[in-house]
Amino acid sequence: MKNKIYPFYFVIGTLGLYLLLFVIPGIMGLLYSFTDWNSYSEEVNYIGLDNFKIIFSPDEHYFSALSNTVWFTVATTVLKTVLGIVFALLLNRGVFNINLHRGIVFMPSILPTIIVGLIFKSILNPEIGLLNVFLNRIGLGFLAQQWLVDLRFAFNSIIAVDTWKGLGYIMTIILAGLQSISPSYYESAEIDGANYLGKLRYITLPLLRPAITVTVVLNILYGLKVFDSVYVLTNGGPGYATEVLYTMVFKDFGLGRYGVGTAMSTVMFVIMIIIGYFVVRLLQREEVEV
Amino acid sequence: MGGKNTFLTIVKNIVAWIISLVMLVPLLLILINSLKDKHQASSMGMDLPKSVHFENYLTVIVQGKLLRSFCNSMFYAGTAIIIALILTSMAAYVLSRNKTKLNKFIYFFIILGLAMPVNYVSLMKVMQITHLINTRIGIALLYAALQVPVSVFLIYGFIGTVPVELDEAGIIDGCGPIRLYFSIVMPLLKPVLVTVSILTFMDAWNQFIFPLYYLNSATKWPMTLAVYNFFGQFFKEWNLVCADIILTSLPVLIIYLLGQKYIISGMTAGSVKG
Repeated sequence: MKNKIYPFYFVIGTLGLYLLLFVIPGIMGLLYSFTDWNSYSEEVNYIGLDNFKIIFSPDEHYFSALSNTVWFTVATTVLKTVLGIVFALLLNRGVFNINLHRGIVFMPSILPTIIVGLIFKSILNPEIGLLNVFLNRIGLGFLAQQWLVDLRFAFNSIIAVDTWKGLGYIMTIILAGLQSISPSYYESAEIDGANYLGKLRYITLPLLRPAITVTVVLNILYGLKVFDSVYVLTNGGPGYATEVLYTMVFKDFGLGRYGVGTAMSTVMFVIMIIIGYFVVRLLQREEVEV
Repeated sequence: MGGKNTFLTIVKNIVAWIISLVMLVPLLLILINSLKDKHQASSMGMDLPKSVHFENYLTVIVQGKLLRSFCNSMFYAGTAIIIALILTSMAAYVLSRNKTKLNKFIYFFIILGLAMPVNYVSLMKVMQITHLINTRIGIALLYAALQVPVSVFLIYGFIGTVPVELDEAGIIDGCGPIRLYFSIVMPLLKPVLVTVSILTFMDAWNQFIFPLYYLNSATKWPMTLAVYNFFGQFFKEWNLVCADIILTSLPVLIIYLLGQKYIISGMTAGSVKG
């Protein structure tokens, strides 16, 4: 009876699209990553783990791209989460025009990443960029740097720009979490004589845990897949200093080294399937709780 | 005690304004410079334009062929929205209402895609085999496929709140499955369908990587790729680049201002309990 009212053919269109453009390429990629598939020859031969040996060899640039990706993920996750919590606490109450402030902080997260990248290419320009001009004008000229060119700063500059863009989104999730905490907890804590830090430590942060967990997961998934920010700000340079997984995949794609490119995606796939498992568990748990 | 509170309020407000300024200044910088002449914009400062040059926008639209890429972006976003609204909502409805073992597995399998990376290299092969590579419809289908997990997740969650009794009433009145869905259930999904449409629009508009991989002819480029390419050609004329940046951002900014409530509810859905 149910199958008649809710027929399976309702699902077929979506499932077909998802299988064709998402799942099948994923599975093909797994298989191709053990081959020498490239743009120069028609033949595709099985070469075992050679592609993975290249990726994990210290002489090539893949491994530094991998570690850059991990560093980017860890750094943006920590920065966005910590600043997101601080901003959310600040913009939770007691500020005039609070919705205006929230709206402004959230705004960069809806802009195309490519646009944010172009804006900061101008701001971080060593000669005319607003940041160095500003530092010079307020007498902190010694802090002015070649932000996107200097090896020591280029990658951290990308991390800073990405944090600027993504922070508002994380803050918004935390704010929603803050607003779901019942005021009665704070009232009884006040009666017991708790101060601000005490309330933060024993009420706010523990009850924010579900929201924080989700933001951490979102940030990790986003960080591992980062491409646009790096591509537009430095395109992996200077040299290979700011290369990440997806920019290396794109370069291999351009060079026609498809086998290595798919092997890189496979490495990412393995990392993400582990994280993905926890994400789904998390979402299902919440569904049960609601 | 009162004095301390007033002091705290003042500090909080000042800090809030500093934060907002840090977020706003980069955007203002672009707006101001988009109105300057080439010479004044070359220093990309916060000084106000000596004379206002609205014609920069016209120059960009003509030289950057923005009308064409605007139409492309609209086509990609529009097609992805239509597919999400019709196909994805139908799927989410059946998966939510008829929880057989197979359907539960399919739902799990689809939302796993929220975390999965795209394999761009082997996707190229699939695009070649299906003759979707370098076609507008191919890109639109990619955008739609990319949105499948999040759309199914959001709509599925919402359908749980629509009472099943309505379906039963519809069946008693003699509706077939298609009429039941499109004339009784779907209208009740309006809030979540608005959210899904807006999120799909934003993601499609901001997409950069798919067209970068799979579109080699400039005539099919969306606005993101066009602005990036324009920057490559005109990087010495920041006034024009800024005008292009503003025009590319304008549609998402307008949607954001109109649909803020839906965007925030969609982007935070499932992330916070309740």
